Amino acid sequence: MASLITHPNLPAPDDFYEALIDLHRGLTEAQSALVNAKLVLLLANHVGDTDVLRAAMAAAREDVVVASPEDSP
Amino acid sequence: MAFTHPVYEYRRAPELAGQGEHRGAIVVGAGPVGLTTAIDLAQRGVAVLVLDDDDTVSVGSRAICYSKRTLEILDRLGCGEAIAAQGVSWQVGKVYQGDTLAYHFDLLPDSGHRRPAFVNLQQYYLEAALVERAQALRNVELRWRHQVVAVAQDDARVTVGVDTADGRYDLTCDWLVVCDGARSPVRRMLGLDFEGQVFRDRFLIADIRMTSDFPAERRFWFNPPFHPEHSVLLHRQPDNVWRVDFQLGWDADPEAEKQPERIVPRLRAMLGGQAQFTLEWASVYTFQCRRMRRFRHGRLLFAGDAAHLVSPFGARGANSGIQDAENVAWKLALVLRGDASSALLDSYDAERVAAADENLAASTRATDFITPKSAVSRVFRDAVLALARRHPFARTLVNSGRLSVPAVHRDSPLNTPDTEVFEGALVPGAVAADAPVAGPHGHWLLPCLGGDFTLLAFGDAVTTTDACALAQGAVPCRVVRVGGARPDALVDRDGLVAARYDGRDGTCYLVRPDQHVCARWRAFDLARVQEALARATARLVAPTPVR
Ligand SMILES: Cc1cc2nc3c(=O)[nH]c(=O)nc-3n(C[C@H](O)[C@H](O)[C@H](O)COP(=O)(O)OP(=O)(O)OC[C@H]3O[C@@H](n4cnc5c(N)ncnc54)[C@H](O)[C@@H]3O)c2cc1C
Repeated sequence: MASLITHPNLPAPDDFYEALIDLHRGLTEAQSALVNAKLVLLLANHVGDTDVLRAAMAAAREDVVVASPEDSP
Repeated sequence: MAFTHPVYEYRRAPELAGQGEHRGAIVVGAGPVGLTTAIDLAQRGVAVLVLDDDDTVSVGSRAICYSKRTLEILDRLGCGEAIAAQGVSWQVGKVYQGDTLAYHFDLLPDSGHRRPAFVNLQQYYLEAALVERAQALRNVELRWRHQVVAVAQDDARVTVGVDTADGRYDLTCDWLVVCDGARSPVRRMLGLDFEGQVFRDRFLIADIRMTSDFPAERRFWFNPPFHPEHSVLLHRQPDNVWRVDFQLGWDADPEAEKQPERIVPRLRAMLGGQAQFTLEWASVYTFQCRRMRRFRHGRLLFAGDAAHLVSPFGARGANSGIQDAENVAWKLALVLRGDASSALLDSYDAERVAAADENLAASTRATDFITPKSAVSRVFRDAVLALARRHPFARTLVNSGRLSVPAVHRDSPLNTPDTEVFEGALVPGAVAADAPVAGPHGHWLLPCLGGDFTLLAFGDAVTTTDACALAQGAVPCRVVRVGGARPDALVDRDGLVAARYDGRDGTCYLVRPDQHVCARWRAFDLARVQEALARATARLVAPTPVR
């Protein structure tokens, strides 16, 4: 079973980060949100492994404090 | 030609004149689920009384899509052909975003099935056909305008209070099957729970009459130019009637939206200014997903909308209720005959609660896609739709309703778990697949399986002596052979029986009276079949431990 890679795995981290920020240049907040969502979906399909995706979702949510209990899933 | 609602005759109850007797089974409600239950019980030799507070069939815009499995059940009940012939068959669904096609699905891509993926037919036609079938059975009694007003039970019996134009009377029975619909008065009388959620959205459902050459497909639009920011669903029905379903949003005023001066412009925008149509019926709905925690309460068995309620995206209401009906009918018939203990009815609860959860999950997911609950879920929904235009993977995420498929009772206590390896979908708990055959009972496998326990055996492994032993068991089991040398064996015309069942010489499937698989083996062994039969009728308390 594959597990979520959290050790450094990007060949050129700074290039990637710059490209990610550039991706949103000139977009409204709503457009950015849409582009981010599309990016998540494209990457999720590329990964294609339910366990890895669940681990990534859990890691993304870690340390995020829920303000009111009603918002929690 | 418009449908004329029949009026079924009210008759004074003999109980009002001091006659009448204790009954085995009474069904409350003559909707699709109550009628199916009654017909199935009657075909199994159980005399059954049906009480309904009305005297006609369904009024207004209700169910239209009936699944292949529903047609197969109706085939067994003697009215499948009537429904299939009258309905509009379809299997293709198209999902549009704006005015471009985003996704296209085919619900029955392979051939070799007797029935289509779906037929569309107004619910009143379905009910009228079921009533006609029930009336043809001598052991079904239908009482119209007999309203159930009180229900009580103790260890020995159920007492049902009935109100009529001529006064009130009481009935007693062993078992009460409660099919009195979403508002279930019986459920309320007993103060039973019905937990779940209401979706914060409103839908205008209009049935219109028009001549059009739109094909018989399910068409669904997200954000079409003629109804921006919302969704629209279109279905073809017989008699040139079309079902259009407009999403309105939570803030819509249901009273105002029901008025023709609001509805006609919406339809004109969709169908074009020149379109000729007349409005048959229009209503504004909100949808809910709920279920009772348990479907069996002592001597009461709840089925259909009374037990569980889903949104219509996916056509899982009547279709799943009809599966409840056939699940409860064979079990109740065995219990009433004394061939099984009432413990068998706990498996009705276990199996159909699990099925309801599957249907509720499917319906909730579709509704969450169609009516996103939060800003972020709206963003993801729109992202999926945008990607779906170009990228095939995203099309699998588009959810305009996953259409009803029969539940697989995977975890049922009645199953004997596999001990050998099989390919394909027919795991214990699944509905036996149909396939073309040649044999004494026609051209399809399912009608040959019939409505009793059946051992489907590939080849000649089951001897006549073994077949007799099974036929004479505590719960009789027929043997149906496929292939092999015997003259009564079915011929696997296209090899599809072997393919769908992963059948080889010696393979045996034990199929329940509701045509669900409950055990299978690579070789026949009388003792193992008998043990599986005992388990499938709740006569084995726990699976025998492996030593
Ligand atoms: C807009 C819409 C579209 C739908 N589309 C589909 C679809 O395409 N496919 C699908 O499968 N499902 C669909 N459904 C759901 C489907 O209509 C229901 O699931 C189905 O009618 C449930 O059948 P039932 O027999 O459980 O209940 P009902 O049809 O509600 O029947 C209950 C019966 O009990 C009677 N009754 C009530 N109280 C009493 C009493 N006290 N005494 C005696 N009798 C009583 C009533 O008169 C009624 O005849 C749709 C529903 C809606 C609203």
